[in-house]
Formats: sequence, C-alpha cells, structure tokens
Amino acid sequence: MEILTREEAKKIIDKVLAFSKADEMSVELTGKRTGNIRFARNSVSTSGETYNLSLSITSVFGKKLGTSTVNEFDNASLEKAVRRSEEVARLAPENDEYLPMPGPQKYPESNGFLDSTAKLDPAQRAKFAKDSILTVRENKLTGAGFLEDSSGFEALGNSKGLFAYNKSTAVDFSITVRTADGMGSGYGSGDFNDSTLLDTKVSTNIAIQKAITSRGAKGFEPGKYTVILEPTAAGELISFMISAMDARTADEGRSFLSKKGGGTRIGEKLLDERITIYSDPSDKDIPAKPFSSEGLPLEKVVWFDKGVVKNMSYSRFWAKNKGVKPILQPEGFIMEGGTESLADLIKGTDKGILVTRFWYTRWLDPQTLLYTGLTRDGTFYIENGQIKHPVKNFRFNESPVIMLNNLEAIGKPVRTRGNMVPPLKIRDFTFSSLSDAV
Amino acid sequence: MNRRQFVQLSGMGAAFLSSRLAQGKIVSAEDLLMPGMDGSAKKHLADTALNAAKSKGATYADVRIGRYLRQYFFTKEMRVENIVNSESYGLGIRVIANGTWGFCATNDLSLDSIAKCAATAVAIAKANAEMQEEPVILAPQKGVGIQTWKTPITKNAFAIPVKDKIDLLMKVNGEAIKNGATFVNSNLFFINEQKYFASTDGSYIDQDVHRMWPTFTVTAVDKKAGKFKTRDALSAPIGMGYEYLDGLASEKMSILGKPTVYRFSYDMVEDAILAAQQAKEKLSAKTVVAGKYDMILDPSNLGLTIHESVGHPLELDRVLGYEANLAGTSFATMEKWESKTFEYGSKIVNFVADKTQPNTMAAVGYDDEGVPCKNWDLIKDGILVNYQATRDQVHILGEKESQGCSFADSWDSIQFQRMPNVSLQSGKEKYSVGDMIRDTEKGIYILGRGSSSIDQQRYNFQFSGQLFYEIKNGEIVGMLDNAAYQSNSQEFWNSCVKICDKDDYRLFGTLFDGKGQPGQSSAVSHGCSTSRFNGVNVINTGRKI
Repeated sequence: MEILTREEAKKIIDKVLAFSKADEMSVELTGKRTGNIRFARNSVSTSGETYNLSLSITSVFGKKLGTSTVNEFDNASLEKAVRRSEEVARLAPENDEYLPMPGPQKYPESNGFLDSTAKLDPAQRAKFAKDSILTVRENKLTGAGFLEDSSGFEALGNSKGLFAYNKSTAVDFSITVRTADGMGSGYGSGDFNDSTLLDTKVSTNIAIQKAITSRGAKGFEPGKYTVILEPTAAGELISFMISAMDARTADEGRSFLSKKGGGTRIGEKLLDERITIYSDPSDKDIPAKPFSSEGLPLEKVVWFDKGVVKNMSYSRFWAKNKGVKPILQPEGFIMEGGTESLADLIKGTDKGILVTRFWYTRWLDPQTLLYTGLTRDGTFYIENGQIKHPVKNFRFNESPVIMLNNLEAIGKPVRTRGNMVPPLKIRDFTFSSLSDAV
Repeated sequence: MNRRQFVQLSGMGAAFLSSRLAQGKIVSAEDLLMPGMDGSAKKHLADTALNAAKSKGATYADVRIGRYLRQYFFTKEMRVENIVNSESYGLGIRVIANGTWGFCATNDLSLDSIAKCAATAVAIAKANAEMQEEPVILAPQKGVGIQTWKTPITKNAFAIPVKDKIDLLMKVNGEAIKNGATFVNSNLFFINEQKYFASTDGSYIDQDVHRMWPTFTVTAVDKKAGKFKTRDALSAPIGMGYEYLDGLASEKMSILGKPTVYRFSYDMVEDAILAAQQAKEKLSAKTVVAGKYDMILDPSNLGLTIHESVGHPLELDRVLGYEANLAGTSFATMEKWESKTFEYGSKIVNFVADKTQPNTMAAVGYDDEGVPCKNWDLIKDGILVNYQATRDQVHILGEKESQGCSFADSWDSIQFQRMPNVSLQSGKEKYSVGDMIRDTEKGIYILGRGSSSIDQQRYNFQFSGQLFYEIKNGEIVGMLDNAAYQSNSQEFWNSCVKICDKDDYRLFGTLFDGKGQPGQSSAVSHGCSTSRFNGVNVINTGRKI
C-alpha cells in the first residue's frame, strides 16, 4: 500500500464531503502497513505483513449520529457509504453529549515519518533478526525476540472546513536471552520512528550481559528497599498514572485526583518538586500525531509542574460542562530529568536494588493508584556504587504517587516504549514477596 | 424488529466506534444474520490454496477461511454509549516448505489472490529456513473428510433484537442506581466464529462457534469520606447462546443467606441489585488484618487462579521457551513431568484438559489444525502427568497424535498453541459450600474476579476478588476490604484440603486471554467447585496517598 500524500487524501475526503446531505459530516481516512518477525530458541518462528486502507464517514442531523465504513474508493461506493451513514443518523436516538464539529484548526509540526522505516522489507526485517540470533548463538545462549515495524497515515476532514493529515512510522524490537541452564535471563529493547537508529546487536548484547550476570541470584527478604528503576520499569508505572488523569472521573469522586469532600486535586503539590511531566507531539525524540480523533490540535501540556498537578484531561463535552478548554490524553509523555546516566546513579548508591523491567503489573486500588507486579530479566544488588550480585525477583506493591514522593535521584531521560523517561532512584520501594522465577 | 430499527440501534454505536474492539468491517446488526459462503464454494477456494502451495514446493499446507462476527454493547448509567457490530472475513494459508513454517493471509478471495498468497507463504517459509535449527516435525493426522460442528445453542444471540438487549441493560443500570450505585457500566459481548479448515491431509471442516459474556461494574461513591468502591458482575463468559440470560431459578444458589451465585443460567438484573447493595456495604467494610487464613474460594474467583497457575504453566510452548520474550516460560519444566512424581497439588487435586465439555468457551469439534477435540488428564491425584500441545510439539511428549490445542483468533493470525478448557474436578463426597463454611474456624470466603498478577514462570502470584467475607468459628461474621492472597503455585495447590461436590460445579472463563507476538486473544473456560486452601498468606492492600 502506498502512503497517500496530503493532497491525495484531501482529494478523497473532499469528494466524500461533496456527497453529503447531512447537517454535519466528518470523514476519517487511514492507511497502515505493519510487518513483523518473531523468533525463539534461536530460530525464526513466525513472520508476516499486513496492509489496511479504510474510510469512515460520520453524518449528523441535529444531535443524531450515524457512521459507516468502506474500503472501496470508486465514486459509487463512496456515495453509497455516505447515504448509509445518513440513513443511520436519521434513525438514531439523540446523543445528549454531542457537540457540533470543530472548524479549521492549526496543528503543530510532527516529524514522526521516516522513509527508512516506511521502506523496510522482509529481507531487512530478517537481517535485524539474524543479527540478534547470531549474536546469541555465538554466546551459546538462547534468545527469543520480536520486531515489528509500521508506516501509515491518518487524514481527517469535516463539513466545517477542518482538515488534518499526519503520517508516521515506528519500529519496535525486544529480546529476552536465557542461559542454557535456565538460571539467567536478560532483556534488551529499542523503539524508534527511524529504523536506521535501531541496532538489534546493541539490545541483544545488553540482554546477553544481563542473562549471564543474573545467574546464581541470592534471595533477599521482602521489605522496603532503595531501588534504581531503569527507564523501562519506571516508565511503566508512570504511564499508568498519566493515563488516569481524566478530569471527569476526578470530578465524579472516583479517581486518585478526587478530593475528600468533593472537587479535585488540581493545583496541589502531589509529587516531589523535581517531577515535571509533559506531553508534546512536536518533541524531536517522541514525535506524535498532532491532532485528536475529532481533529482538535494536540499541543504541549504540562501534567505535573515541579510536583504540582497542573492539568487533567478534559473531553470536549466535559470541558464545556466545566467551562474550560478541552485537554486530550497524550500519545506519549516526557518526564524531565537530570544529566546523570544509569551508571552514574548506580555509582552513587550505597545499597540498593537495580530493576530492569516489571512484569504483569496490575492495579490493586484505583483510589491510591496502588499497583502490584514483579521484577524480571535482570534484578541486581548494588553495594558501594557497584553491582554486587544478582538477586531473586521480587513482587512489588507500590503506587507511582508514593514512589514519586520518595525520590532520591533522577537521571537523564531516554526513549522507552514511546515515552521519554529517566532512570529513577527511589527510597522505601515496597517489595511484598519473593519469586523464584528466572 | 425491522431493518430500520436494526439500523437505528446499530448506527448509534457505530458513531462511537472503537476500531480496536471492532477488529473488522462495521456492519448493521441484521448483516450478522446473513449466511456466509456455502461449503462447496469454500472447498473450491481451499483446494485452490492447497494446490497452489503444493505446486510451489510445500510439503504440507492448511487453509482457514474465517468469518468472524461480533456484537458488543457498552452502556453507562441510562445512556447507550456504543454498540459495535463487526464482520471480518478472509483467508489464511500456512505451509511447511524446506522444513519451516510460512504463512500468508488475504481478504481478497479471488482465485488469483489466493494462489499468490499461497506462493508468498511458501516463499516466506523458504526464506526463514536459513535460520531454522531443526525442521518442523508434524504429528500425523488422518484426513477426516467433510465435517461440520456447531456450538449447541438454543437461542442465537445475534437473532435477539438489539432493542431487547438495550432494554435489558437499561433495566440492569436502573435497578443498580435504584439500589444505591452512584455509577454503573454494563456490557454485552457476543461472538460468532464461522471457521472453515482444509488441509493437504484431506480434511474439510466447517464450524460455527458461539460465545457470550454479560457483565457490569457498579461504583458506590462516598464523597464526604473521599472513598469509592466497585463490584463487578458474578456472571461467567460462556459458550452458550442467549439462553444463558434466562435467569432460571434452578441454576441459582444463595450461600447461607449472603451472596447469590449462578450456574448455567444468569439473572443479570438480580445480580446488579445485589452488586449495588454490596458496593455500598464495601464502603464501610472492615479492613483485613494481614496474616494466614483458610481461604474458601468460589469458582468465580478460583477460576482465574486456575487459569494463571495451572492453565498457562502447562502450555508446552511456554515450557519450551517459545513465549520467553513476552508471556515467559514455566516452572513446570520437562524433567518434573518426566519424573512422574512432581507433586503439583495435594492428592485431591485433579485437573483435566477438555475441549469437548458443553457450555465451555474452548469447546469446538476440531482445532485449527484439523485435530478432533478430546479430553486428557493434566494433573492426576496431585501429580503432573501431561501438558497441552499442538501437532508440531507433541512428538516431544512421545505421543503419536496431537492434543488439539491449536487456535488462531482470526483468519489473518497464525494458529499456535492455546489453552484448552482446564478444569478442577469436583470432590467425590457430598459436600456443600455451607458445610465448608461451617468447618472453617478462621477464614475468608472470596467471590468474583479481582486484581491478578503472577510471575513469568508462574510461581509467585497475588490475587484479589470482588467480595470478601470473614469467617469465624463456622460462620460468616461480616465483610472485609483491602484483601489479596499471595502464594506460590505449587504451595497453593498443595494446600488444597477440600473441594465441594459436583452440585456446586460452575464455570469461570475469559473471552480475551492474551498471548503471542503480535498479540492474539482466545476464549477459555475453567470449571471447578468451591474449594478450601488452608494457611494462605493474606495481605492488606490499603494505602494512603
């Protein structure tokens, strides 16, 4: 599938809008190609590619909405799809929460599309896998990994004159390496918009090193420990917190941001003053789509400023209800940090536990954002600034809100799973039990 | 209901469509009742694919032509937020060439496209053969010829008018609010998989699989105290038609005047009323004192523990390392099975894998490799005796035929090893939940699915629930809050001291069990009777921020 250009996409959308007899109409055109290769036991197990191009049409009469989709693009098919969405809309009951469609908007630039990634083919995909598999085999270890790449575009248009277009690419790789005796396991990963930045050997070597050094882990008693969370581990817990910042649930009294007696905690200092978290679709490291599904611009939003709750997300309906500007959930977040590397944080630690990543993290209490999960694929004891020996995996019961109040040190942010997250040194992190899993 | 009414109600939801949930083309509700392609036409397409694959050098090929229909309802309070009707249709071809698997799928069912897709699958297999350390060894499977199979339902959920389903959910929500809920979300999920399988072994199998799940969450808020509590439905996702919602009194059980539980017929409105009352009650429940308790676990809770601590660890692909990068491996390693002495549980613990059991969600006639379904022991008198395997794995167990555990969640997904129904066998002696409570001095009785987490080798787990009742000296004395139980899979199943009899046997399940990269979801049921586990560690999950 070709990625349609802005002009090609607009031409199709304008053609569809010209067929409209409704009060309002919006059209969404999306196209995506994904490719993947998976391996385990040092051999490729599965590999494939998928393509999709589709058009979604929503017609509105008053507060009545109807939608239809079509993946044929001749005039007759497009007009038929428009008529069907209108037929559905005329018969639909009124939606009390419907707001008229927005008019033309201005969007910030996003640079998330790279030709290098868009042109990835099965041979290059196989090369990425081969680089990793051969590196693992040379070390007489066992690797299991997965690479997925995608390229696509999204275009929106409506009868109020709004038009938005964005194209993007992404490549994600992860590998888990295990020792032959099953007593060591290590993890490495990388995610980029530009596939030329991905070196699967680098991620694989990190996983190899962790697998080898994680053999012979000693058991520690559960309890409260100083931990250094690598960005992948820290980012997972923080992303749960960011996705729970919906204003409506806070106003309704069922969120960690609900205040006792009513109201929300906006403006309150909830976290350590070194914590500033924002989202910005124009960010050079994690460029994101600059508009919402309704075509509203996604701009830079500061969620926590020096530990203070600065903003919560407001849907268009709830924003109107509360008389504020809509603020939409971000695709990724950026947590500010310092200049120290992970190695620097380790050097500066007398006693602590280094955590590579978490596994099976699930909520325990939405009111306190308490989560449980386990460490995995590289958990080590640090003493006098050095990694002393591996330790058995722990189960944690902890809240990111509590964790970000117990901040000891913060490192330099790196990209992980579509976010920019620094390594964090946290005191009194709660490990509730031990796991024998390797 | 006429066409216009269908369109009205289905369109309402399509306007709020979530493409992730739809997984296919959006259609009107009446389109879900249209018959798919007939068997002879499917056979023609399948033969085209198989012949094309063989002509390009495949030594084995199978093809799946799938029509996947879904209808999902989403409501909040007295609003219908979304109704999704979707259809996904296409064909997937899997081949072995040069001893390696290859796969390709297409939604273009022209003969040219199918032949091209088959050729691509063979080309992928040959390209990947370079990195293959051992050739695929496929267990023999005699062709079964032309066969059909259908989930034995009495009411096709897709034939029930959309309006009736909305009326039900509005009644559920209205009654919940009337009985003290501040908020309520309710859902209906209906799935119909029409799957045609053919292989170079000589099988042509047409199957019509139905599954459903009615569920809700009620929330009670005490703004003054700054607290809120929720209670989810005690229904089970199930391999039945709309008859599951008949709410038959004969399938209902009230436990010592406290909770009400349901077997093979669910009263959604009654459960919503109880949920609202119980969510309010939870706001003032006593916080649990951490320590060791005897745990009485209702099937609505124990089912998830079975899924995570028995179902997943006994998947042979995990044991071998195929899932190491995501879902993990397993503590139930091959040498433990080979020893024939590994005590997975106490002597009363017997687990059976069964893809033939009525009303279960993994029940089909044949798996996605054309293997006739069956049942077999996994844990016998507490000892690990077998795993779950597919055609290309079963030789590792020294078995001559596959266990029939292959499944793909769509025509464009590659079939791989997925869990069959894994169920704990009931106790042989007459023994009720009431008897169990009366025989417990210091315990907690837990119902419903709560937070769950288990490590990547399935040793250490922590589970919560929906309702926690404190038991003292043989009686329920009140409700508890903030409780979760932690254990190790082997220790936990060895602490199983009592299992109620078959009269208490009920199903738990999940419609959306995730596994694989790219991720796929599958549906599976777990049956059991209420069981007691002595001396389990309970923690208090209450915190302040």
